[in-house]
Amino acid sequence: MINSIPPAAIFIVGALFIPLLKGKLKSAYMLFLPILAFLNLFFTPEGIHWFFDFLGYQIILGRVDKLSIPFGYIFIVITFIAILYALQVKDDVQHMAGFFYAGSALGITFVGDFFSLFVFWEILAIASTFLIWSRRTPTSLQAGFRYILIHILGGLFLLAGIIIYVHNTGSIEFAHVGLEGGLSSYLILIGFALNAAIPPFHPWLVDAYPEATVTGAVFLSAFTTKSAVYILARTFAGAEVLIWCGAFMTVMPIFYALLENDIRRVLSYSLISQGGFMVTGIGIGTTLALNGTVSHAFCCIMYQALLFMSVGSVLYRTGKIKCTDLGGLYKTMPLSALFCIIGALSISAFPLFNGFVSKSMIVSAAAHENWPLPVIWFLLKLASAGVVFHAGIKVPYFTFFGEDSGLRTKEPPLNMLLAMAIASFLCIYLGLFPGLLYDILPYPVDYVPYTGDHVMAQLQLLIFGALAFTLMILSGVYPAELRAMNLDTDWFYRKGARAFLWILNNPMSRIGAVFSRVFFETIPGALSWLTKNPIEAALIVGDTILFIVLKITGFGQAAEVKERLLKQKAHYPSPLRYWQASKAISWVIVFLSFFLLMFYIWLIGNFGGQTGSGRLL
Amino acid sequence: MSKDLDRKVLTIFDSPVNRRRVRWILFGVCLLLLVLDFFVPKHGEFYWKKAPNFFAGYGFISCVSLIFIAKLLRKILKRDEGYYD
Repeated sequence: MINSIPPAAIFIVGALFIPLLKGKLKSAYMLFLPILAFLNLFFTPEGIHWFFDFLGYQIILGRVDKLSIPFGYIFIVITFIAILYALQVKDDVQHMAGFFYAGSALGITFVGDFFSLFVFWEILAIASTFLIWSRRTPTSLQAGFRYILIHILGGLFLLAGIIIYVHNTGSIEFAHVGLEGGLSSYLILIGFALNAAIPPFHPWLVDAYPEATVTGAVFLSAFTTKSAVYILARTFAGAEVLIWCGAFMTVMPIFYALLENDIRRVLSYSLISQGGFMVTGIGIGTTLALNGTVSHAFCCIMYQALLFMSVGSVLYRTGKIKCTDLGGLYKTMPLSALFCIIGALSISAFPLFNGFVSKSMIVSAAAHENWPLPVIWFLLKLASAGVVFHAGIKVPYFTFFGEDSGLRTKEPPLNMLLAMAIASFLCIYLGLFPGLLYDILPYPVDYVPYTGDHVMAQLQLLIFGALAFTLMILSGVYPAELRAMNLDTDWFYRKGARAFLWILNNPMSRIGAVFSRVFFETIPGALSWLTKNPIEAALIVGDTILFIVLKITGFGQAAEVKERLLKQKAHYPSPLRYWQASKAISWVIVFLSFFLLMFYIWLIGNFGGQTGSGRLL
Repeated sequence: MSKDLDRKVLTIFDSPVNRRRVRWILFGVCLLLLVLDFFVPKHGEFYWKKAPNFFAGYGFISCVSLIFIAKLLRKILKRDEGYYD
């Protein structure tokens, strides 16, 4: 295809020109880039594009097929919304990082080989780190470092897996991997699972996203986990282990989200929980499940972004983001509150909102009678009910309603409101007319979300969840929002790193100190003591041993030896005091005669037999 | 400035009467759903899905149990805000 360019290139090359522009032109340019990317993708036919040979391997930058197209569209749409939301930010680093980040996610979506996948994978990690660091607080700096380190670790797992995979198969084509490949499959799966935030590899997400900038968090909520979901769908569809991981992933974060105080952390946990539905769908691997996964990723990106934008506008205006600091903000931010409620209804999968038309596909796919799907079905329904609590009600309630915090502020700037309005519109539009979404799914859809029993089941689940919330708030059973944090699996590396440093600093450095003392002080000191008067030193050592032996065995004269020893030690070192010159010289003569004798013996031994002793001597 | 903002303030949920109304609407909707459930034709893979008001009970019970488990977990997992500093 001559007329189109790789979608990733539009964002990544386009981002380079952002610092050159100013004012309205810059805003227009940044909004134009996603539109251009959208049109470009729209006019790109399905097939393999932009491929070339590199070191004997085929690099494919554009595999446009039924699975990559929906992800391509939603990534472009959400970039437009997130950039619109971020227009008032006067920080080119953030804008460029946003475009690099979105561009690398698009790159991941369309590549057809493992080499380019890995390159985009690393750009994704690095670009997103800048969205965290851009907040420029000490906590965000630290969180960003932890984030990048964990992602580099994940990237190394992936790289190791890719190398073994390429070695075993001889192909770098990025296609179905499955778990049959042994070690390489597991390494690749760990690399992907880390980005998809599958527990126990999830804590980086709740650690880092809430520390990002107001606008950066919107970008972050969209790309890393969803591009990993896309990749898992392509490489590990039907892997049964993912069913269990996914079901656990939907339920586990609910408890944390219920207890968490920081609203953006609550949303991060709910993001993981929603990702669990997609991972389950990938594990089930049927056409309905995969359709559900893709459409749920599509919708989830939209409502998560909407939720992050609405609470982000609260953070933007008040500088506060904890449940304990907020409340009653609907009075001054009614539009933000409305958008937040729309996002909350969408994430709760309320009928007429987009979450309903996508999540129900995955849950229906789990509703088959083969083990373990009934168990999974119950867990997914549990998570569907739980989401009402932690995201559906908790987020809008404690932010905009609840106990009045006394904060009086105003709505965020127009562009932020507009971005939220577009996202809200899309959430409702897709909920009302799911056909638009169903048309671009990978497999033909014969699923009808709006049947009487689907709607009734979902309404009962949600409304009775809401009833439980109301009754528990009224009765005071609901756990109070506390200024506290809850331990998660990042404890192992955050405390583990400290324990490692402690081991280096304490036992290890003590062992080092002992070594240096023994080798640089004790042994040289003893040697220098010995050389001051070796004979007397030998006498002292001998007397010491004698004294110890006498003392232990209990024979007499120990006291005598001790007295002598004390006397000897007192004059030591007394360098050669008792020695007379004649004595010394006679010793020298003895030694020299000894050497002479040895020399003769050596001569006789070597040459005596051959030459005859008479001639030499 | 603050006066200006105060005039624009919405206070609809400040009055206890309105709060009570919201609550009663919720209770009413719950009751309505319980009744309507008998008139909805059901089909499905699991027999328990066809039980009347199954989802109402499951939604309520699961939410209550989630809260109680979360409260238990808080006892184990809760730390001070500056725990890692």
